[in-house]
Amino acid sequence: MSAALALGDDALVLSHRLGEWAGHAPVLEEEVALANIALDLLGQARVLLSLVGDEDELAYLREERAFRNLQLVEQPNGDFAHTIARQLYFSVYQHLLYERLAAGDGEFAGLAAKAVKEVAYHRDHAEQWVLRLGDGTAESHERMQSGLEALWRFTGEMFQPIEGLDAAGTTGTAGATGTTGTTDTAGATGTSGSGSGVDWAELESAWISAVTATVERATLTLPTGPRTGAWAAGAGRQGLHTEPFGRMLAEMQHLHRSHPGASW
Amino acid sequence: MAAVTADQKTQSTSGTAKAAGTGAGPAAGTAPDAADAALLAAFDAAVAADDRIEPRDWMPEAYRATLIRQMAQHAHSEIIGMQPEANWITRAPSLRRKAILMAKVQDEAGHGLYLYSAAETLGTSREELLDKLHAGRQRYSSIFNYPTLTWADVGAIGWLVDGAAITNQVPLCRCSYGPYARAMVRICKEESFHQRQGYELLLALSRGTEAQHAMAQDAVDRWWWPSLMMFGPPDDASSHSEQSMAWKIKRHSNDELRRRFVDICVPQAEALGLTLPDPDIRWNEERGQHDFGAIDWTEFQQVLKGNGPCNEQRITQRRRAHEEGAWVRDAAAAYAVKHTTPSTRTAQPAQHVEETA
Repeated sequence: MSAALALGDDALVLSHRLGEWAGHAPVLEEEVALANIALDLLGQARVLLSLVGDEDELAYLREERAFRNLQLVEQPNGDFAHTIARQLYFSVYQHLLYERLAAGDGEFAGLAAKAVKEVAYHRDHAEQWVLRLGDGTAESHERMQSGLEALWRFTGEMFQPIEGLDAAGTTGTAGATGTTGTTDTAGATGTSGSGSGVDWAELESAWISAVTATVERATLTLPTGPRTGAWAAGAGRQGLHTEPFGRMLAEMQHLHRSHPGASW
Repeated sequence: MAAVTADQKTQSTSGTAKAAGTGAGPAAGTAPDAADAALLAAFDAAVAADDRIEPRDWMPEAYRATLIRQMAQHAHSEIIGMQPEANWITRAPSLRRKAILMAKVQDEAGHGLYLYSAAETLGTSREELLDKLHAGRQRYSSIFNYPTLTWADVGAIGWLVDGAAITNQVPLCRCSYGPYARAMVRICKEESFHQRQGYELLLALSRGTEAQHAMAQDAVDRWWWPSLMMFGPPDDASSHSEQSMAWKIKRHSNDELRRRFVDICVPQAEALGLTLPDPDIRWNEERGQHDFGAIDWTEFQQVLKGNGPCNEQRITQRRRAHEEGAWVRDAAAAYAVKHTTPSTRTAQPAQHVEETA
């Protein structure tokens, strides 16, 4: 069940970060939009965590080292451009991943099919803001570029295969990438036959193209720095997190932990 | 947590205040007296017949000004009211409660949007109203100047503050100004939902551990009196009410609504297993209503003057969000100019003028 935990933690942690915007957004419409995205993600997290165990026990009683979320989603909000850069990177990833899961016949297919509609909206919201900030004023351009740069190093970990969603050992998925352009039908059959199998290399190249297209349309430059930090890519999935995360959990868990066994 | 409250209605300078930004209209001074009198008679007749006044209808300038002020305060209350509850989003003790709270705060932003739009039909703009809020020239409900110190406060706000707001707002669904009345129908539905959720939150605490019960009682003790103050000063000190009632903006007096609210809350508190912090509450057989203790109007006046526990903090956060967001709004505007064809660009302002004239 580590896949449900990984995907559930991504949604839970990013939802929490977006919840911090409430009452602080640059315009009322964004109060509504950011809360809306946060709520969608929280809903996804609750479904995914419930597949693993008790949602509240998992959210409130695990310590930092037991969380499996990407380091990207735990990064502090920063300014609006920083938040939007994080959202672009993650929403495009989540959208492409859920599309693939929904198309398969694995255990997440039903869940992903439902969530993919929400995530398509999140992705559109992020892309539209990248365009506006990138191609807005000189200041917004600069801020958007630095948001993209600052978070770039956390993007490599998204494509570390998640156990249970790995295509390794299944046939057909590798063929799907290889055969694109030759016979679409052969590729499609191959993918649907592979259950939850995700071709992570193919996912990564689809992500790079999508993000590049948006960034270029926004008159911005795709960052060129390394896509991993000092930790190996995929560290978040192993419970190795960045320093701001512990502080975030302390706030999130404090009340629940102060009343052991209470129900709310 | 929305609250159009009567509490600031008496704070306006006078009923003859001119609405800012409403230059157009037959009241510009050049119209002959007879024409004015005919318009006023038609307006009075429409109000008397319980017809709705609509944006293009003629209305007395004082009616317009009163509505702009009240609707702006109402909208501002929704926006400022997000803060005390948002204070607990990141600490909500279960994922279910967290989702409910996020949805509620989101609804409040939505209510603010409806109300600013409704106010704009009177010839003002959201930007103008927000500037006035930030400059301290327009108010918001005094209740939001109290802090949320524990999780139970989120429940007390839902039960008492939203409950008081609903008691105040349901009659506004029949307000004489159409756009306001229609906004209130939508808002009241959502508010009732929030109120039930707040009650249910308190019930869970009250029936929970000893510490949870104590937390719930403490929250009710702190929010009870400020909630009663939401109905505004006593009738004999509420000079503005009479005109608002004549215009059918307001349908009931402050004291009448306050008594109604107490009557609703007493049995609810019993069902919750919590007490109301007023030893003088008792049933009055003769009046068929509850008697209750005296409100500390000195505290009320202090909060209105800006000396409440959170006045400074609330307005500072609002201003900061607005100022720190300026570059984002500028970017969106610059992008729109770059990516809009010249014909659409000129069409928009023209339409706006027509709508507000």
